Amino acid sequence: MSRSDVLVDADWVEAHLDDPKVVIVEVDEDTSAYDKNHIKNAVRIDWKQDLQDPVRRDFVDQAGFEALLSAKGIANDDTVVLYGGNNNWFASYAYWYFKLYGHDAVKLLDGGRKKWELDSRDLVAAVPQRAATEYRAKAQNTAIRAFRDDVAAAIGTTNLVDVRSPDEFSGKLLAPAHLPQEQSQRPGHVPSARNIPWSKNANDDGTFKSDDELTALYAEEQVDLATDTIAYCRIGERSALTWFVLHELLGVDNVKNYDGSWTEYGSLVGVPIALGAN
Amino acid sequence: MCGASVGGPQLAGIDVTKETIIQGSVTRDGEPLGGYVRLLDGGGEFTAEVPTSATGQFRFFAAPGTWTVRALVPGATADRTVVAQQGTATEVPIAV
Repeated sequence: MSRSDVLVDADWVEAHLDDPKVVIVEVDEDTSAYDKNHIKNAVRIDWKQDLQDPVRRDFVDQAGFEALLSAKGIANDDTVVLYGGNNNWFASYAYWYFKLYGHDAVKLLDGGRKKWELDSRDLVAAVPQRAATEYRAKAQNTAIRAFRDDVAAAIGTTNLVDVRSPDEFSGKLLAPAHLPQEQSQRPGHVPSARNIPWSKNANDDGTFKSDDELTALYAEEQVDLATDTIAYCRIGERSALTWFVLHELLGVDNVKNYDGSWTEYGSLVGVPIALGAN
Repeated sequence: MCGASVGGPQLAGIDVTKETIIQGSVTRDGEPLGGYVRLLDGGGEFTAEVPTSATGQFRFFAAPGTWTVRALVPGATADRTVVAQQGTATEVPIAV
């Protein structure tokens, strides 16, 4: 796996806007952004309505993912290119989610919507019509998904990378100040976790830093990538971006994203919590 | 759009005494610009980012201290250093 297998630039996307076997998908934190405009022929996936079980706190199941992609007109042999706002947070989350259900031909647009806008590239309001498919998903690949017991067992033994902002990590804040507050009961972080905010992976324009810069970042932060790693944040979307960096760009094998993240861990009874900075 | 409003968004409904607000607008030749505004802490580390509104405005709820506000718009980047205090909205007009 190399960078070009998992990441495409805007020129690549512009050259494939009308390619019937390439499906461009916008996934945004602000799910209304798509209504205003989007990349030509892009369809929308709503990270909340489409990807979460409407009752339980969990993802839609395998049949639900099949129904979603079928309705969106995405076929098993289509290449899916994901992009979104907020430096691709939720597009990275969707990328990880597609991989979880076994869709291998998936790529991220480097820089997402921000870079596209800053480059003054075209956005349109027209919503494309794609014929429904009969998509077949695989069972979840839990080699890339961590659960709460994995995290509790990882304390002091496995790399734990907390990608939230320093104030969330130290316990001053429960969520980034500009976002709705899906709150945990207690602030802080998992003991032995290193705080490496997601933003350190990206440039101002939302593109990812070079492989050399990223490798140096984790080395400086004393994360031994030869051993197992779990990334977490608040609800699992920023840590999906770090999972993408480690697993997809740098090719590190055993990296999991903990989607329960701090809203789950910080509400568990009896688990250890640490406060303070790195 | 005929001219940008001066300053950041309206403060109606916000208890300014409890907040440390950094806000403003991004303009070019007096017209509001669509883009993004980043908030960097005193050490230059990323803290938050928002898209500008249709009227070019932005707002952050921060903590007292020195911050850098960085506007990213097509073809330009502009930095402003501000000192924010609780109980007042620090206005940051950014003309690029």
